[in-house]
Amino acid sequence: MNDYLKHLAQEAALGRMGRREFLGRAAALGVTALGANTLLSTAVKAAGAQKGGTIKVGLQGGSTTDSLDPALATNQVAQSVIRLWGEPLVELSDDGGIEGKVAESYEASADAKTWTFKIRSGITFSNGQPVTAADVVATMDRHSGEDTKSGALGIMRSIVSVKADGDSVVIELDNPNADLPFLMTDYHLIIQPGGGKDDPAAAIGTGPYVLKDVDMGVRFVAEKNPNYWGDLGNADTIEYVVINDNTARVAALQAGQVDMIDRVPPRTAKLVARAPNISVHSTAGPGHYVFIMHCDTDPFANNDVRLALKYGIDRQDMVDKILNGFGSVGNDTPINASYPLFTQLEQREYDPDKAKFHMEKSGYDGPILLRTSDNSFPGAPDAAALFQQTCATAGIDLEIKREPNDGYWSEVWNAQPFCTSYWGGRPTQDQMFTTAYLSSADWNDTRFNSAQFDELLIAARGELDTAKRTQMYADMSTMVHNDGGLICPMFNDFVDATSDRIEGWVEGTKGYALMNGYAPHKMWVKA
Amino acid sequence: MNPIVKLLAQRIALSLLLLLMISVVIFVGTMILPGDVAQSILGQSATPEALANLRAELGLNDPPVARYFQWLFGALQGDLGTALTSGQDITSAIGSRLSNTLFLAFWAALIAVPLAIFLGLLAVRYKDRWPDKLISAVTLASISIPEFLIGYVLMYLIAVKLRWFPSVAMINDSMNLWQKLNSIALPVAVLTLVVLAHMMRMTRAAILNVMQSAYIETAELKGLSTFNVIWRHAFPNSIAPIVNVVMLNLAYLVVGVVVIEVVFVYPGMGQYLVDHVSKRDVPVVQACGLIFAAVYIGLNMIADIVSILSNPRLRHPK
Repeated sequence: MNDYLKHLAQEAALGRMGRREFLGRAAALGVTALGANTLLSTAVKAAGAQKGGTIKVGLQGGSTTDSLDPALATNQVAQSVIRLWGEPLVELSDDGGIEGKVAESYEASADAKTWTFKIRSGITFSNGQPVTAADVVATMDRHSGEDTKSGALGIMRSIVSVKADGDSVVIELDNPNADLPFLMTDYHLIIQPGGGKDDPAAAIGTGPYVLKDVDMGVRFVAEKNPNYWGDLGNADTIEYVVINDNTARVAALQAGQVDMIDRVPPRTAKLVARAPNISVHSTAGPGHYVFIMHCDTDPFANNDVRLALKYGIDRQDMVDKILNGFGSVGNDTPINASYPLFTQLEQREYDPDKAKFHMEKSGYDGPILLRTSDNSFPGAPDAAALFQQTCATAGIDLEIKREPNDGYWSEVWNAQPFCTSYWGGRPTQDQMFTTAYLSSADWNDTRFNSAQFDELLIAARGELDTAKRTQMYADMSTMVHNDGGLICPMFNDFVDATSDRIEGWVEGTKGYALMNGYAPHKMWVKA
Repeated sequence: MNPIVKLLAQRIALSLLLLLMISVVIFVGTMILPGDVAQSILGQSATPEALANLRAELGLNDPPVARYFQWLFGALQGDLGTALTSGQDITSAIGSRLSNTLFLAFWAALIAVPLAIFLGLLAVRYKDRWPDKLISAVTLASISIPEFLIGYVLMYLIAVKLRWFPSVAMINDSMNLWQKLNSIALPVAVLTLVVLAHMMRMTRAAILNVMQSAYIETAELKGLSTFNVIWRHAFPNSIAPIVNVVMLNLAYLVVGVVVIEVVFVYPGMGQYLVDHVSKRDVPVVQACGLIFAAVYIGLNMIADIVSILSNPRLRHPK
């Protein structure tokens, strides 16, 4: 049916079928008007795509110390560069589902413990070598084992074995996990020839582009891979320029030196959008700015203190003032509508009376020390000051200590009992909860320790009934919302900007900034 | 031995000694930096296992004295080691960055130094009249505004509005000289504005000082024009302080332009150093520190030597 629908959309896009007729036929197939419209706009864009030309992108976050080894990629620029030359087994699709890359299809056993990924036939690495199941096994091997430096080690720990079986790869898990394909979209897990064991930073993969010129932390130039298996990639050449300074990045776009930038500062985004040749795109994502309390450290060990602080924060005010409206209010759970199985909980509002009530109930009346730094999230010290004011209204004495950026992630975050921090989010609830809310997680930065929560999390992984699973995740969010150490005032939008030299932006793409990192591939230079 | 040669030898030996002492300071300084290299490399996404593995691999547990001498002998042979973070050879990585920095500094100096001296002479010639006041006002204003702000203002006017020169001053090997110069036009303009005032004021003050002397009056009485008096008689005798301040500014152009590099995305030494400091990549920080120190000491040594040579009493000892 899916193929048929796509065929219809293509027909409609090419003008062989009216829009109304298409919507009618789609409705007959059980597709909502909204879904059908999205499908149609995607097809229209695909039909209008122009090949050729050069797209230049200004990115923030690169450093001269970066490496091309996907295992060591930590920042936005490194991730974006990986997306040029390499591919994981599977990748997030525009609507938050899963699409095949190196693997053309996959299936799970009934208990979701054994997963089989079928390698796409006839594809080659950019050095001409054919891709085999053995390469995939070797790649997975390089990222696992306790002596690896890979950022994907946390994911690989749940994998018991990876075996080649003809042109398929069979992955055995220690526990059932219905979300394994989402884990395999991790940007570290790029399939490399021989697993990249010989030369991890060779940048040889199956991606749509091939790196031609690399100057770490400065500039990357990639040309279209002539042997790429798919139709991804419109421009002949993509150039990434690292521009870490916000003003300089915006100026480069305005001056026409780059066609696309990421991380437009929210404060100036509206001004930038006024320029006639520039469009600013705001995309909701799973990233959130947080205040985190250790649930096992006094005074935060008392849930009334935690609740008092949760009621003492004005979320909408923060979205307006810190994000300048480019975001949405949080609800003291790391999950928002960008997750696949999301349930809206009752929104917690700013309520100084309740805050006062819980603070008095807790019996604690001393000052509370909040640590913050500029790099914990953009505007963190300002957010802390707003929090201090709204707490003061409720009679809570919040003291702010400004920490240096240097060493914040090693000395303060996940070490001090109350501080500001940032989470980029994960594609699924399971990943987010497993990374930061499971009692045994390395990054359980709120020291949330609930046996009931842990049980539910493990059980949800093996639950293949979507309705039940949705309910389980809603229950887990409620637990964190009521008992956790997380104060989540806001989810930040990704704010990107493009010039009118290029087109093809798809609004609302799931994942991360710049259309999940694929805007340079999917957009095209206007004819 | 010729006393000048002896003096020069002394100066050079002293500079080398100073450099050696600074190498110790750099090494000790980087040793006592707070924070952990492995943690800084892996960032927020570090697992305890990955951290332990990386620490072991970097071999951070050797005794410091042994590491100092290893490093020093390596540096003397042109081997600055490999970067902890990327595993690249530091000497070759710094090579291209240093040549970029020198390229920018060279062109900025080529414009700024003659311009500053000329403006200084002009200010003396029209002392206390409107050209003097105008020159002083403009140069003092440009040195008082933070350099990044001048950068942003020029970027907005010249790159965004007029589109004469690019706002991103990125140069690479595939560009010819003309393209490179076009690319660095804006940073060169900003740097010129920043270093102009200091050199110009010093030139003016030094020459005015000499202008009080009796032999200047004699020259004037001979009937020479004012500009000729300044150029032929006053300037040569005030060269020592001018060279000193010029050298200080040249050193600044090499060592202190990180803000300009960030604003104009110029791939120079400053950005390279800052990136590695934030990742605690100690060998690179040490190497950059050593090179910066050598540039500073070297330029100051040249200033000293020029002052000695420009002083007739030292040139022609009795």
